Amino acid sequence: MTAISDREQLSYIAAQAADARVNVEIETEGMTLNIGPQHPATHGTLRIVAKLDGEQVIAADPIMGYMHRGYEKLAEVRTYPQVTTLINRIDWVGSFANEVPFILAAEKLMDVEAPPRAAWIRTILFEMSRIANISLFLGDMGLQVGAVTPAFFAFRDREHVLNQIEAATGGRFHPNFDRIGGIKDDLPAGWIAETKRAMKKIRSFCDEIEGLLQGNEIFEARCRGIGVIPADVGLSYGLSGANIRASGVDWDTRRDNPCGLVHNELDWKVWTHPDGDSFARFWVRLQEVRESTKMVDQLCDGLPSGPVMAKVPRIIKVPAGEAYVETENPLGVMGYYVVSKGDLTPYRVKIRSASFNNISITPWLLKGVYVPDIVTILGSLYFILGDIDR
Amino acid sequence: MSRLSSIDTPVEEETEVVESDEAREALLAKIQTELGDAVVGSHLVPGADLWVRVDRSAWATAGAYLKTGVGFEYFNFLSAIDWKPSPFGRDMDAQVDLSLGHDEASEVDMAIEQGVAGGDTRFQVFARVNDIVNGLGVTLKADVPDDDLSIGSWVPVYSGANWHERECWEMYGISFEGHPGLRHIYLPAGFEGNPLRKDYPLLARRLKPWPGIVDVEQMPGDDGPADAVETAEAAE
Repeated sequence: MTAISDREQLSYIAAQAADARVNVEIETEGMTLNIGPQHPATHGTLRIVAKLDGEQVIAADPIMGYMHRGYEKLAEVRTYPQVTTLINRIDWVGSFANEVPFILAAEKLMDVEAPPRAAWIRTILFEMSRIANISLFLGDMGLQVGAVTPAFFAFRDREHVLNQIEAATGGRFHPNFDRIGGIKDDLPAGWIAETKRAMKKIRSFCDEIEGLLQGNEIFEARCRGIGVIPADVGLSYGLSGANIRASGVDWDTRRDNPCGLVHNELDWKVWTHPDGDSFARFWVRLQEVRESTKMVDQLCDGLPSGPVMAKVPRIIKVPAGEAYVETENPLGVMGYYVVSKGDLTPYRVKIRSASFNNISITPWLLKGVYVPDIVTILGSLYFILGDIDR
Repeated sequence: MSRLSSIDTPVEEETEVVESDEAREALLAKIQTELGDAVVGSHLVPGADLWVRVDRSAWATAGAYLKTGVGFEYFNFLSAIDWKPSPFGRDMDAQVDLSLGHDEASEVDMAIEQGVAGGDTRFQVFARVNDIVNGLGVTLKADVPDDDLSIGSWVPVYSGANWHERECWEMYGISFEGHPGLRHIYLPAGFEGNPLRKDYPLLARRLKPWPGIVDVEQMPGDDGPADAVETAEAAE
């Protein structure tokens, strides 16, 4: 050891002092960052007020209500068939799936069952709205980390599915096709073959997205280990859909509690991922789209013949009672708690939408993350504002 | 608790109806033994669903027991119902009220009639939790008396209840004791009134009358205009 010269010692002290000064200078006061209401990561108008310490979030408070339309109140003054027009607008990228649980709840109260062909077509459209919805997510997830190409691919290939939905129902975004006791119309001629072609395109789209994002260094770095949700926390917040399956919880209403839809007659698999991070949520959704295309193929092959409408009265009066029906919608579990007093209108409709629960975890989840991760976490949780605000 | 893979999870077949019925009965019995007199009502639809009505004082305890005692770890939703029919009658349903002669508010049938599992009060809080391993769900209800609209909070048990209770507080004016911060969630901060209460008028309807209940198109062969409701009822 050589003795430290005076000169070295002085320079050391000076450096320490300079460091100390700098530290004092950059010690930040808490800063409040307002994200949104108009922000690309919020899929609508969600505002997040984040309290920051430097780059780190100390507290995040999502503020909703910019799009609250009061569907629960409006449903009380509309007849049962009219309600479907409203609830189409809850999750607007997978509209058909919104109608299904409500119609099933009404059918449950009326003790009506849709004929097999109607149930199968319902399931086809249900799965196709899942593809239309989640394919948008797959592209959007790239956008959150700065890759623009996947978004264009998503919009390009989603079109094939939307065209098919339009061909069958007449509506690209809001089909309003489900009826109490069945569905409005049978499928048009040639629809099945065309749908199978569309499914093939969606599968190659999934491969493309996988090639573009999975394994990409930037994507992995931004998503792996970010926004980890342990299973028990997810359950107590009521997370559902791919968000909870990405935390290793093997629970899918389609398999575990099928009511009215025919998923149990198909050969498919529920995908889970043990990690619970942003990447896991992306990965599970990617597999789900693939699984859905397989389901649609099987449904098209096995479509039974027969009527598409059960015998129901022209004016629908639902007997008094209460029923809760939930289905596995693209965004997660969506349920309707319908209270009827035997009138033409429901007495009370509680809409349990998936995104409301999914996003209620954000104050817990965003605590301690860095600012750029807010965007990927929100993106991977995947919510649609209409589904939060209702 | 959670199954990690579904590859070898068998899909339950038709026999399920009987099984889940037994499961629900066993569950109801468990809840009744645990909570004793606090269970004031229940309703079981075999193979379908279970409702349990508990006393208001046992609401938080019931939630805690469901989560830790019987494995209902999944919080589904929480909300409330206003059982007192709207004082505006059903003039929102135009035709029906006219045909029943409910022109004046005084004639409106204001009788409170609670739904399944009974009830004694105008407002009821209800919540649903799930046992995802066994695929069971249960809806809990509790009466909340008019003179003291408050009930224990579920936030310490189910974190997800936080926003649902805020929504319920905002829409019905029911406060939750022990909630970390009851403030508006959808409506602006200074908003007055509780929109989902039945006596809160739906302004859009008051300003512009609804075209009416008769949205069914006239079918060829149907004779006479108007009363499609009566026609359909006669046909039934």
